[in-house]
Amino acid sequence: MAANMNLRKNPMPSQPPEIRAHNFQEVATGYTKDIAMDEAMRCLGCKHMPCVSGCPVNIHIPAFIEKVKEGDFEGAYQVISASSSLPAICGRVCPQENQCEKHCVRGIKGEPVGIGRLERFVADWHNTYVKTPPKRPASNGHKVAVIGAGPAGLACAGDLAKKGYAVTIFEALHRPGGVLTYGIPEFRLPKSIVELEVNTLRTLGVQIETNVVVGKTITVEELLEEMGFAAVFIGTGAGLPRFMGIPGESLKGVYSANEYLTRSNLMKAYEENSDTPIMRAKRVAVVGGGNVAMDAARTALRLGADKVYIVYRRSMEEIPARREEVEHAEEEGVELLLLTNPIEILGYENPADKRDMKNGLVTGIRCVKMELGEPDERGRRSPAEIPGTEFTIDVDAVIMAIGTSPNPLIKKTTKGLEVNTRGGIVVTEETGATSLPGVYAGGDAVTGAATVILAMGAGKTAAASIDAYLQKRQLS
Amino acid sequence: MYKVVAKKSLNATVTMMEIEAPLVAKKAQPGQFIILRVNENGERIPLTIAGYDRKRGTVRIIFQVVGATTFKLNQKNVGESIADFVGPLGTPTHTEGLNKVCVVGGGVGCAIALPVAQKLHKMGCHVHGIIGFRSKDLLILEEEFRACCDRLTIMTDDGSYGRQGVVTLPLQEAIDAGEAYDRVIAIGPLVMMKFVVATTKPHGIPTTVSMNPIMIDGTGMCGGCRLTVDGKTKFACVDGPDFDGFAVDFDEAMERSTMYRDFERHAYSEACNLFTKEVE
Repeated sequence: MAANMNLRKNPMPSQPPEIRAHNFQEVATGYTKDIAMDEAMRCLGCKHMPCVSGCPVNIHIPAFIEKVKEGDFEGAYQVISASSSLPAICGRVCPQENQCEKHCVRGIKGEPVGIGRLERFVADWHNTYVKTPPKRPASNGHKVAVIGAGPAGLACAGDLAKKGYAVTIFEALHRPGGVLTYGIPEFRLPKSIVELEVNTLRTLGVQIETNVVVGKTITVEELLEEMGFAAVFIGTGAGLPRFMGIPGESLKGVYSANEYLTRSNLMKAYEENSDTPIMRAKRVAVVGGGNVAMDAARTALRLGADKVYIVYRRSMEEIPARREEVEHAEEEGVELLLLTNPIEILGYENPADKRDMKNGLVTGIRCVKMELGEPDERGRRSPAEIPGTEFTIDVDAVIMAIGTSPNPLIKKTTKGLEVNTRGGIVVTEETGATSLPGVYAGGDAVTGAATVILAMGAGKTAAASIDAYLQKRQLS
Repeated sequence: MYKVVAKKSLNATVTMMEIEAPLVAKKAQPGQFIILRVNENGERIPLTIAGYDRKRGTVRIIFQVVGATTFKLNQKNVGESIADFVGPLGTPTHTEGLNKVCVVGGGVGCAIALPVAQKLHKMGCHVHGIIGFRSKDLLILEEEFRACCDRLTIMTDDGSYGRQGVVTLPLQEAIDAGEAYDRVIAIGPLVMMKFVVATTKPHGIPTTVSMNPIMIDGTGMCGGCRLTVDGKTKFACVDGPDFDGFAVDFDEAMERSTMYRDFERHAYSEACNLFTKEVE
């Protein structure tokens, strides 16, 4: 078969921007069988497999694409699932342009192969057509506790369950998924897909206990000493949202992105029958330039905003969000205010009537233009205010999407667990081992806010280490 | 699912419930809170723990029907279950080393003040209880407070029971009379706690207040429960809910608490209407 030498990727079929900006259904509708096979033909099947080196979980990419070329989609799925626990999720939310696709030979002259789009197609095909549940492995008699049902915890639990461990995941919220459930919006990652992947783990024998806050309801020590778990993996994710420390951040209508997205995604505040309130703001400013900022801005549009701004202090070149997410947001009508930084949030004040219900509602955000200075030793150009360029935009809600700091709960209640100055759990990178024997950690709880796939990679690394640790302990 | 094992109406709008939640009961301490959801599509709401029975594995909550969620919760009867119940969250009330404490409770806040007073009493601390209500009809837990307070002052706004007036009145009198409290612990409406602090601050009597802001996850993730304490942003769910009353920005907290008032009123009337229809 001759390779498809088209320089461009097959475009992703998507809902038109003017339609999708007003609904919560998935933006990208996915490759069809024909498009997928055509795209697969663009893969040259390089022997040295540069793409695999870019994948945090080392999926055998050329092998699965080869199966797609042949039309053996289930075969392709089997190749992927040998390395990845959550392919339908990764195919959607991985930043492939910085990983596998970055190393694709086709990307040197033209666009790389659409590896992520193919992964998604294969996973969706499997989920639609293959109903045989995965085989439950024989038990090896060891119990392992996983704290947090987010990407790190799910990946770790999946790998351990496949090896025969009796895994229990403890989740603080009422629904598993972590950031996949509370953070990433429905229109980017449908919750039915998260549920499906979680149910696959249940079929493998993984128990999920919701409404358990480890550090409060039970402690790590109790898991190991009293409850019979031989090892513990901590994947508690990101914690407290950061604020800027500017005046007005406590006004009514100022949200952290975590709160705004949790209300919309986890609590389904966008649905009519949800009891959870969310402000239906008409004009919204989102502060920050990451994927979370894009998610918040696009959610605001879907909740009925007429005008949504992204306020980011650096330029387009430094924006940390995926290019695709920025493009999607702009297509939908989000306006980017680059090299701009907020200095104050303004609120309504009626000095004549202290009981006026409008008191304290956000009315605007005052910003200043920024310029980038010379690069520092790390090569990052730090932004500086341009005096005299202050201006105000009228908004009725402000969403702060400027990052999080690690959750303090486990650190506070686990004696001997070493954390760094930023509050992240200290681990040996190659193994995920913490300062406590039998206790492993990974994901945002270690690194601070990062990506789903990096968290999954860390979960898998820890699963392998836990397996090695317990086998060794059994021998001695 | 978490079973309702006991239910008692304390007055027209305040209900006491005992919920089967052994893991929470095992660890609960006075001053901590739980988060519950009544059913699917339900809102997550925080309620401070009003008591616990470690042996029976139950946790007591006392709530006032003020909105859609508490209305739906109040519809649940013994033997029925609620969807979610998680805790114990937050930091327990600090009681170590206290010898003489004035515990001030207002309205349904008395439900939370009670376990604190009981714990202090058990420790051998001298407890002066001051509890206030709008009227006699709304009085709750009088006997329980009598049992754990060395001295109890009951106040009503309209004078229909106890003394007429606000809780700060007897507090001020006691301070003026030379009562040497190690600490005052105030739990009740924001405005009450604000005025308790205004009473104790000039005398430098350390004052603990229990904050109950809008909250979703309760585990230090969403930041909705933030308040300003000593000029810094704090999160009631992990840094509190108890704070140094002298340092809390009450005016800001009061303003933030009204964020969803319109939505809540609407949801409450919807819930009531739905219930009326079911009854018909």
